[in-house]
Parts: sequence; C-alpha cells; structure tokens
Amino acid sequence: MELRAKQNNLQLYKPYTNGIIAKEPPLSLQQEIQGLRDSASGLCSEVEFRMTDVFYFSRKGMESIVDDEVTKRFSAQELESWNLLTRSNYNFSHISLTLSVLWGIGLFIRYGVLMPVRVTLAVTGIILFLILTTFVGFLPNGRLKAYLSDKVHLMGYGFCVRALSVIITYHHRENKPKNDGICVANHTTPIDVIILANDGCYSMVGQLHGGLFGLIQRAMVRSSPHIWFDRAEVKDRHLVAKRLTDHVADKTKQPILVFPEGTCVNNTSVMMFRKGSFEIGCTIYPVSIKYDPRFGDAFWNSSKFGLVSYLLRMMSSWAIVCSVWYLPPMNRKEGEDAVQFANRVKAAIAAKGGLVDLIWDGSLKRAKVKEAFKEEQQKLYSKVLLGNSGPKWNQTD
Amino acid sequence: MGSRASTLLREEEIEEIKKETGFSHSQITRLYSRFTSLDKGENGTLSREDFQRIPELAINPLGDRIINAFFPEGEDQVNFRGFMRTLAHFRPIEDNEKNKNPPTSEPLNSRTNKLLFAFRLYDLDRDDKISRDELLQVLRMMVGVNISDEQLGSIADRTIQEADTNGDNSISFSEFIKVLEKVDVEQKMSIRFLH
Repeated sequence: MELRAKQNNLQLYKPYTNGIIAKEPPLSLQQEIQGLRDSASGLCSEVEFRMTDVFYFSRKGMESIVDDEVTKRFSAQELESWNLLTRSNYNFSHISLTLSVLWGIGLFIRYGVLMPVRVTLAVTGIILFLILTTFVGFLPNGRLKAYLSDKVHLMGYGFCVRALSVIITYHHRENKPKNDGICVANHTTPIDVIILANDGCYSMVGQLHGGLFGLIQRAMVRSSPHIWFDRAEVKDRHLVAKRLTDHVADKTKQPILVFPEGTCVNNTSVMMFRKGSFEIGCTIYPVSIKYDPRFGDAFWNSSKFGLVSYLLRMMSSWAIVCSVWYLPPMNRKEGEDAVQFANRVKAAIAAKGGLVDLIWDGSLKRAKVKEAFKEEQQKLYSKVLLGNSGPKWNQTD
Repeated sequence: MGSRASTLLREEEIEEIKKETGFSHSQITRLYSRFTSLDKGENGTLSREDFQRIPELAINPLGDRIINAFFPEGEDQVNFRGFMRTLAHFRPIEDNEKNKNPPTSEPLNSRTNKLLFAFRLYDLDRDDKISRDELLQVLRMMVGVNISDEQLGSIADRTIQEADTNGDNSISFSEFIKVLEKVDVEQKMSIRFLH
C-alpha cells in the first residue's frame, strides 16, 4: 500500500474544483459601482449617489452567503469521489450493493487489523520515549547528550509515523532548516510536527499543557532545548520574542519550528501568518506540507473533536499521505516590514503546495471579524460618492 | 447507507423547491449542503448569528440588511425553503427559458422581483415606501463615518426629489421601478450558479 500511495503522490493534488457559483475575477469596489452607473441614466451631481449602488453590495453579500472563502477552510475538505470512509461521506447517495460490501470489508480491515496494530505501536513508542528521554536527561550537557537526544527523538517520531501510517515524501531536502533560523510551515494538524520532526530535529514552541501531552512535553525538554510557555507567559509578546531570539542566536541549538497561522486549517489554503516570528530578523526556512485527502483526512477540527478522539480517527483511516517541500531559505529584504515579509513567505508556501493564499486570519474560526474591515469597505464607498477630490483623504489611503 | 445530506432532504421537497424556485436538482442538493454547513446548531434552521459568521458578509456594509431579507416579518429563524426562496431572486433570468414547464405565476427571479428585493433593502419598516429617514439610515450604513450628516441629508433629498413623482416625499415601489427602468437589473442582480 505504501508503494502505491507513493506513486499516486507524484501527480500534484488536484484542488477540488466543484464550486457552487462561478465568480468573475473581482474588480475593485470603484470599478463595479461605476459599471452599475454606466447603465443607469441620471443627472450628474457633484456628490454622486445612485439607487443602484445597493446592487453591488447585495450581490456581493449573496455570493458570500452561497460560497465564501473562509468558513469552508475550517471543516474537512470535500472529496471528489468517495474513499470508503463514512466520515468523508457528504453528498454521496447509496449506489450499489458492491460498494456497501466493499465498505464493510474496509471497515473490518481498518478497525480490526490496522487500528490495534497502530495503537500498540503508539503506546510502545510513547513509553519508550518517556523512559529514554529521562535517561538522556541525566547526562551532563555536551556532545554525547545532544547526539543521544537526537537519536531518541528521531526514534520517538519514527514510532509515531509508523503508528499513524504516515507516508511522507520529502522534496528538496537540500533546503532543510539549519541551526540559525526558524522553520515555518502551514498548519493542518498536530501531526505536522511529527512529519517534520521525523526528518530532522527541531525545537518546538508552544504552550505547556496538562495531561499526557504535558508529560511528553516535559520529557522532551529534559533532553533537548524546547520553548514551552505557561499560559500566562503566552500573552506577553516581548517575552516570547526574547526567548526566540536567544534561542536562534545560539548556533548550537536546533532550528525552531513555528506555525505562524496559529491554528489548524483544512489544507486547502494558507491563512494569515502572525508576524511574531518574522520580526526577529533571522533566516526563515519555509516548508510546505500538503496532504492527500483520499487516504484519510488529516485536518484536526478542534471544535468538533478532542485530541484523543482525533488520533483514534487517524489510526482508523487508511493512511495519511503527504508531501513536504523544503523551500529555499528567505530573509527579510531592505525596506520590507515584518508583515510584508510574512506575506511573501506565505505566498511561496501556498504556491508550492498548491494551496489558496488568503489574507484572512485563521482565528476567524472562533472569533468575529474585526470592525475595521467593514469600515474599510465604507471608506471605499464614500470615496466613490465624493469623488477623489474630498478633503478628508490623505496619503495613507 | 445514504448520504448525510440528502437523507434529510426528501425527493418531494426537492421537487417542490424546484418548481417554486427554478433551481435544478443538483443545485438544490449543493445549496442544501451549504445550508447545513452554515447551520451550526444543527436544528434545520439558520439564525442571524449563523449568517454573521461569514466574514465576507460581516464586513459588507449592507450585511445586516441582506441577512434581514431572509427572515420573514418578526421571525428569527429561516428554514431551507425560505433560504432557497430568497436565493432564487438571484438566479439569472435566461435560465427560465430552459425550463420545460413555464411557471404559473411570476418567477422569483423576474426583473420585478429582483427590483423588489433591492427596494426592500431600503424599506426598513416594510411599509412599501422609502422615506427620507430610511434612505438616510441605509446611506449611513454604506458610508460609515466618512460623510457628514448635512452632506448625507442633501444626497437623500436630491435622490427623493428625482424619484418622487406624486409629491409624498417618499419613494414608492412604482417610482423606484421608474427610476431604474434603464438599468440592466437582470445582469447586476444575478449570480451565475453552476450546473
């Protein structure tokens, strides 16, 4: 099965093209409203308002109700043809008895054979990892410790990869991140960490959790440097930046792994990158991760599933197949600010992985959109009304 | 084992919606899928909050008015039939000619009904007249804080002056139609649904 999946990997994943409406390439607000006015007769006055102006807003509004760019990123991607998993069964109706039988056999294989094997591997792996990292933690800091720690980490991740049946194809390994920078990647699932760490050693950044996950975090930090924060510290951006800068400055320490989106999205797009890591001024190593949804959807919908439930679903899929592209390192250019740099990196990652590059913030999964965006729309429209000669507009517009 | 979506939407319902709105079978099932994905409460109806969760709609200056168009007078929930009925206004008009059965009454996406939709965006209290006050409120929604009250007031006055033919200082639906008679409403108030 591994070989077959690897062959399928070679063709770049087709984006799901089955949209509901055909959208024309978007013109600016000004152009659209002018277009409306050209067809309407009317007296010319210095402040131009037409009753047809609402047409523009109502059509845009309706289009977004039928199909918008953001809400669909927070649920699993729809497949073009069914992959025999009930969880991917959205719009397909009962087709034939053969299909049902195949599904039944698939169910047995997945839950009866694959899953127990994987769970065993996972449990073994975690226990071994906890024991060995504690052991390595006792050693004095030095080359031996670093070497053993790397080996133990790689072993741990190797177990995880087998336990979840992740089939990874790494591209351009010559661009692998080095010790002096930060590795950024698009985020779809916690498994991203496992996939990247399977091929190299990184320092993780994140919040310290409780429970099993917290135990693993504490074990990891005993043998190699990771940056874990308490809940309170996370809010303090300066503290975060300082710790990252210190870590990067130390050339003996591994590259840091950061997911600038800040949340999991469904791997059809890349959403806004948080500028924190891009302000530090070190080299950025972008990585693009793309999953093939046909073997199992890897997206973690955290509002629907907890972590354990999610992992069990992963273990009962066929496999998780993905491609990782290491992109050439990027540095901030002269005159480019952190946000522009972040957008440039984001565009590169999206282009490589065949994902849509969005300006929308991933936190829209849970939070409301900022009023400022609406105010921007209102400002643009006011400009159309007043014409560009209004005294209020200054250079920043 | 059927699909999650269409087991909740019966064939008879699809047929009824088809007759009423003119959408095709596949369009209806796709839009039903969209409806259920917006329905976070999973109770078969959408509330205003469900619509406001769409960022592109939330930043639309007339977002609230558009959302309101889905909800009948005094109600807070819209079911799939209501959803489709409102969307039907935006079906392109040419599609009607492809229909084998001509509709018995005026189709939802006729020119008049499209104009009625736009009229209702302005008519806040649903009294079939656009008063100066209502026009001002809608203008205020569209421009935000960027234009002064006086300027906005004079825009409203001028607009009513141009449209009002019977001197009641408000715009009725027939006056509205007259003002827009040369506009290509069909194209501007239509969305190209695929299939």
